[in-house]
Amino acid sequence: MLGKLGWDAIPWDQPIPLVSGAIIILIVLGVLGWVVAKGWGPYLWKEWITSVDHKHIGIMYVLLGLLMLVRGFIDAIMMRSQQALAFHGGGYLAPEHYDQVFSAHGTIMVLFAAMPLVIGLMNFVVPLQLGVRDVAFPTLNSVSFWLTATGALLVNISLLVGEFARTGWLPYPPLSELRYSPGVGVDYYLWAVQISGVGTLLTGINFVTTILKIRAPGMTYLRMPMFCWTALASCLLIIAAFPVLTATLAMLTLDRYLGFHFFTNEAGGNAMMFMNLIWAWGHPEVYILVLPAFGIYSEVISTFSGKPLFGYRSMVAATLFICIVSFCTWLHHFFTMGAGGDVNAAFGISTSIIAVGTGVKMYNWLFTMYGGRIRFTTPMLWSLGFMTTFITGGLTGVLLAVPPADFLLHNSMFLVAHFHHVIVGGVVFALLAGIAYWWPKAFGFRLHEGWGQATFWFGLVGFYVTFMPMYVVGILGMTRRLQHYDVPEWRPWILISGLGIVILIGGVICQVMQLAVSFLRRHELRDETGDPWDGRTLEWATSSPPPVFNFAVLPQVKDAEHYWEMKRRAREAARLGKEPDYQPLEMPRNSPTGFVCAFFATIVGFALIWHIWWFMIVGLIGAYATFVVFAWRDVPEYIIPAAEVARIDRANREARQEALSGEALA
Amino acid sequence: MKSRGLGYKRAFRASPIFAATVLASAAQADSILAPVGPVGAGDRIILLDALAIMLAIVIPTMVATLAFAWWYRASNKRAVYRPDFTYSGRLELIVWSIPTLVIFFLGGVIWIGSHRLDPFEPLPSKAKPLEIEAISFDWKWLFIYPEQHVASLNRLVIPVGRPLHFRITSASVFNAFFVPRLGSLIYAMNGMVSQLNLEADKPGTYRGFSAHFSGDGFSDMKFDSVAVPETQFANWAAGVKGAPLDRTAVATLLKQSRAVTPYTYRGVDTSLFDAIASRKLPPGEGPTSGRGGPGTRNAMPQGGAP
Repeated sequence: MLGKLGWDAIPWDQPIPLVSGAIIILIVLGVLGWVVAKGWGPYLWKEWITSVDHKHIGIMYVLLGLLMLVRGFIDAIMMRSQQALAFHGGGYLAPEHYDQVFSAHGTIMVLFAAMPLVIGLMNFVVPLQLGVRDVAFPTLNSVSFWLTATGALLVNISLLVGEFARTGWLPYPPLSELRYSPGVGVDYYLWAVQISGVGTLLTGINFVTTILKIRAPGMTYLRMPMFCWTALASCLLIIAAFPVLTATLAMLTLDRYLGFHFFTNEAGGNAMMFMNLIWAWGHPEVYILVLPAFGIYSEVISTFSGKPLFGYRSMVAATLFICIVSFCTWLHHFFTMGAGGDVNAAFGISTSIIAVGTGVKMYNWLFTMYGGRIRFTTPMLWSLGFMTTFITGGLTGVLLAVPPADFLLHNSMFLVAHFHHVIVGGVVFALLAGIAYWWPKAFGFRLHEGWGQATFWFGLVGFYVTFMPMYVVGILGMTRRLQHYDVPEWRPWILISGLGIVILIGGVICQVMQLAVSFLRRHELRDETGDPWDGRTLEWATSSPPPVFNFAVLPQVKDAEHYWEMKRRAREAARLGKEPDYQPLEMPRNSPTGFVCAFFATIVGFALIWHIWWFMIVGLIGAYATFVVFAWRDVPEYIIPAAEVARIDRANREARQEALSGEALA
Repeated sequence: MKSRGLGYKRAFRASPIFAATVLASAAQADSILAPVGPVGAGDRIILLDALAIMLAIVIPTMVATLAFAWWYRASNKRAVYRPDFTYSGRLELIVWSIPTLVIFFLGGVIWIGSHRLDPFEPLPSKAKPLEIEAISFDWKWLFIYPEQHVASLNRLVIPVGRPLHFRITSASVFNAFFVPRLGSLIYAMNGMVSQLNLEADKPGTYRGFSAHFSGDGFSDMKFDSVAVPETQFANWAAGVKGAPLDRTAVATLLKQSRAVTPYTYRGVDTSLFDAIASRKLPPGEGPTSGRGGPGTRNAMPQGGAP
């Protein structure tokens, strides 16, 4: 009846997951209780859970990403403290538990924190920057989000029911095969990643379609903002790479569930093929994350330098260059499997060639600042932190791409330092910059600058103190994923790294404080005009937060920086252009399809993990029925009358006119 | 090497004290920057060369970033605001060519290094290499000396100044054989044989371990590699005591065990390595249970001989 599920699935003997699981359950119940008590249920259902508005979906993605970022960070605190304590001893986490912690940390940080944050910002920003009303497939967008949330939910259920994978964030066979991992941990991994992977693939398709097919009139490819270009490149990579992940994990699933022998030690299985395939996804994956990050930096640096992006066409070329070359480098993850000099050299060179694209970008940002008027706001500080940090992170990356150097550094703490160097210094800094940059657009008020800068300094210093010592212990011959060790020379560096985590905790506290303080002071931080940073791209042309239809009238784009030109003319004349002719607008109707689909997907995933076959069938039927109901839906989209559009837009025009007149007087 | 090493640290932390500390500890620990053999030395030279090539471009760029950001701050009235400076063909040419040229140069280093230091390539030496067969089990290393008919668990004894030819496989999951001060690491994989050529120049005891996560007992999957003079090695091999290494002994090794104290075998069935590598013997057994798996959780034997 319940498959493999029983009372022994709950880790009664392990207080840490038990207590933290209980705390999470209490928090969730508390939040639910609060929502019910305040009567917010219908509002949440109507405006958020069933919303197909790309802005709301984007914000929900970011919220999910931030929650998972905290979860993954707690794992990181446990790993650092375990290694700090486990000198000549066992520390406080047994290997069975520690192995789950680092596997969960990697999986959560890459797939359930960084990916939702990147996709969330893309969701929120891309349609606004393109000057359109929504993405190509709004309901599909909601399905994508909720499937990603399902994956995150399954990973977190594993904390309390069963266990998570003990194999590392990529479940390398044969370790992840049934013989060596008989528990449900790897199954949790497989189904969580598979289900959210479907969501990610749908996002990729949705955004490629949007960017290729739906742009404001006149918005040619070479007039698109850089963030749209990087989003396009990233989504192309998603479409090309995620099916590889799905297929690879499906093969491992067949091995584990139906006795196949793709990667087993028996019957001619070849585990090396798993590494080959998983990295054919895994390496593009880091560019799926970092390309939009580059886009964010491009927007931020250009805006706060008060200049258009330097060498725009060069930047587009570099983006596409990275997009393509990133697919030709995956073998550098296993130089040490003995592929031979020719193969190793070819992939070493192809990997370092990526540095050409990144180098070009670096110099173009540099020349964007040259001759600018730089305002050191929080997003700009993150960008400068990135530029100085990422370049050395790229350096250690190219170092690892040199096969003989990799023969010494493969799987060492040096490697761990490197990929945190580029992912934290590249992606996380960008996400924090992006959130601060677009926050006023999303919520209508700016974030508190002082707390933001405090977060930056804690984050930057904490980052260096945490990860630079890892380079040193890596050179001192420390390999990754050690639960305990007895080399005295490593100890001081591990302790310094632990101190770095403490500084980073300070950064997290400042970030939370920033959100709280900004919310409390939202009235004085209000963004009246919709253009708080003197922006250059179309998202700043509408009010903050934007109305559901984004733009009362679709902009007629005439050049690369259309909004900047519009603003320049308005400034010269000290008045806005003439009022447009408002028309009624048709907007997509809310749909619970995504939420209901994800509900059934959760059932399917959980049932498959625990071998509860009837429950799985229930879930499958439910999910299919949801699809059928949506496909046969026969209600038209809804119309916003012209008068309503005019009323909303006039309020914003008034605020902008006021600001313009104020500027003219000054 | 010393001055180069110093520059390298400075790039990361810009602190000479820091650099001095690292160098001091690098000399005593298992630092990859303190190799004791030609392979490690070769790897290190490539690493430092690549580093020097890149630092030549990275440091000026970092300085320029900070300098531009500071000079063009909005409050600096002396800085000229040039909002129209958005394209320059000449600059774009430079911007594309600098990284390209660096990568060209580096590409040469990569090509030569990858071939010269390919782990499968025999070392240029007149002496006949010592054959060693390394097998990873859950979670211990077995070293078979087929010519000497002895084997050693979790302890590698090697002669100084003679090339070593390793054949490496795994009886269970993936591992990687690594003695940092000797040089290159390579994977141990079930059903496959990797080769590794190393040599120790100096007598001493060097830390070796698995450099690829292999499960719960991974942290204890380490061994001492003891480099001794040739004659001493011959004496050791001749005097090794212990039970014979046959299929029964291997069956015991196939069971999972952690932190196993080193011991030796005398009288080795030299067909064992190939039997494991070609999967004629069954693979490592794995755990008998896991959460949500068959049966209940069992306790792993800790320490001692399996």
